[in-house]
Amino acid sequence: MTDSLYRETILDHNRNPRNKGTLEPADYSYEDVNPLCGDEIRIDMRSDGERVTEIRFSGRGCAISQAAASMLMEMVEGLPLNEVKAIGREDLLEELGVPISPARMKCAMLGLKVLKAGLYGASPADDAF
Amino acid sequence: MVTTSIEKGVDWVRVRGDFPILGAVDAQGRRLAFLDSAASSQKPARVIEAVERYYRETNANIHRGVYDLSERATAQYEAARHMAADFVNARSAREIVFVRNTTEGINLVAQTWGRRNVGAGDLIVVTTMDHHSNLVPWQMLAEEKGARLAAVRVTDDGKLDLDHLKELLAQGPRLVVFPHVSNSLGTINPAKEIVRLAHEAGAVTVVDGAQSVPHMPVDVQALDADFVAFSGHKMLGPMGSGVLYGKLELLEGMPPFMGGGGMIRKVSIEGSTWADVPARFEAGTPAVGDAIGLGAAVEYLQGIGMTNVREHERALTGYALERLREVPELTVYGPEDAEERAGVISFTLGDIHAHDVAAILNEENVAVRAGHHCCQPLMERLGVVATTRASLYVYNDEEDVDRLVVGLRRAQAIFAA
Repeated sequence: MTDSLYRETILDHNRNPRNKGTLEPADYSYEDVNPLCGDEIRIDMRSDGERVTEIRFSGRGCAISQAAASMLMEMVEGLPLNEVKAIGREDLLEELGVPISPARMKCAMLGLKVLKAGLYGASPADDAF
Repeated sequence: MVTTSIEKGVDWVRVRGDFPILGAVDAQGRRLAFLDSAASSQKPARVIEAVERYYRETNANIHRGVYDLSERATAQYEAARHMAADFVNARSAREIVFVRNTTEGINLVAQTWGRRNVGAGDLIVVTTMDHHSNLVPWQMLAEEKGARLAAVRVTDDGKLDLDHLKELLAQGPRLVVFPHVSNSLGTINPAKEIVRLAHEAGAVTVVDGAQSVPHMPVDVQALDADFVAFSGHKMLGPMGSGVLYGKLELLEGMPPFMGGGGMIRKVSIEGSTWADVPARFEAGTPAVGDAIGLGAAVEYLQGIGMTNVREHERALTGYALERLREVPELTVYGPEDAEERAGVISFTLGDIHAHDVAAILNEENVAVRAGHHCCQPLMERLGVVATTRASLYVYNDEEDVDRLVVGLRRAQAIFAA
């Protein structure tokens, strides 16, 4: 099925999540849940004040939320903080590369929401939500 | 494999054919295997046409106009009330209050009977398997009144722990609420016995009938429950139609729910007096077309016969449980015996998240529900974050179940790769 949501990249990230784990101590630590399905994601981050030097995520959830969080880790590690701030929904969707239905958008965006809320206290007006 | 088409005089293939939405096929030519009726059922052509006919031929506000059209609309609306009363064997149509859904019916009881009769320190007994709609309104009432809330435990095989219920009843609760059938587990609770025990303890009972009234014969007089709420949209009727049944003597002692037109006897600037039951609880213009559609749904279901509906679902549930046992790493929650459950089957598939299972099934044109089913305390009790739920109704057959099993095996293949 070529139009499947579950393409190899998604399954690969779900099976072998990048940067999965925790950092203690961390400079930033934040977690949140998707009340719809109970998915939980926590992100720990270290920074030298300019760049993301180390980042890990932990938690549980569906393959979409886990794969998206894993991809987000790859996108963010080593990035200047101001560029992290610029990452939006479209960037992550492009990385995912599969059509995400409105019902699954919250799954896909949970990691990004946690990252931004932890770093900037992003509000629901942010386009990651 | 196809279900025997004639079963106790019911032509189930023809029944399925009565539902226009199920006649469509997807781009691959596959029909829809709709297994989410516990959330909302599909509607037969007869119901859709009854609603359309109302808007084409008799639409007018009710209980107001003296012109023919309004009188005809009023007559149809009240006829639907009689049909609903007959369907659950209420003593009188005055015991039937039209609401939007089960949630509104339960909130109506909490906000009227509850506010008047529940006080500080009173105990409200709920269950660990209640839908949030039969839990949250009571939490809100308890908080407002300083009342206490306790939940009857659920056993490992997904039944209510009646010994625990008895312990709680010994504390003399004011109110006992429970689901007749669990929307997550499908468990058919011994409603008559629970109501009897609650009454012996001096409690009033509210039964969430959302998953029972559409699927099996329910006789409110035999049940003896004080209030029973159910949704029209889960029993082949339109969205926005629902019923609160209440014993007349209780309804008559209750203050109004919402204020407005239709629910008053006399209004002056200084104050108002209330209309008789059930108009007292139906402020504003009601969903007349939806109520008429619900009446058509009742007629349709009575045409099949509720005993036949139950028998069809029991047999299909038995078949589904058997087929699901063949799927490795699949865990079904709730009673093992189809006799003890309605056509609601919740399960987990290894460590594949319920949302992923449902998304893969969707790719196979199989519609199921995934999540906590508005039962977070129950999910916690079961030790799961979410389950996948397949639920059955009159239009489902063995092919739908077979498609479910094929889809589940595909999900396993995808995640095993």
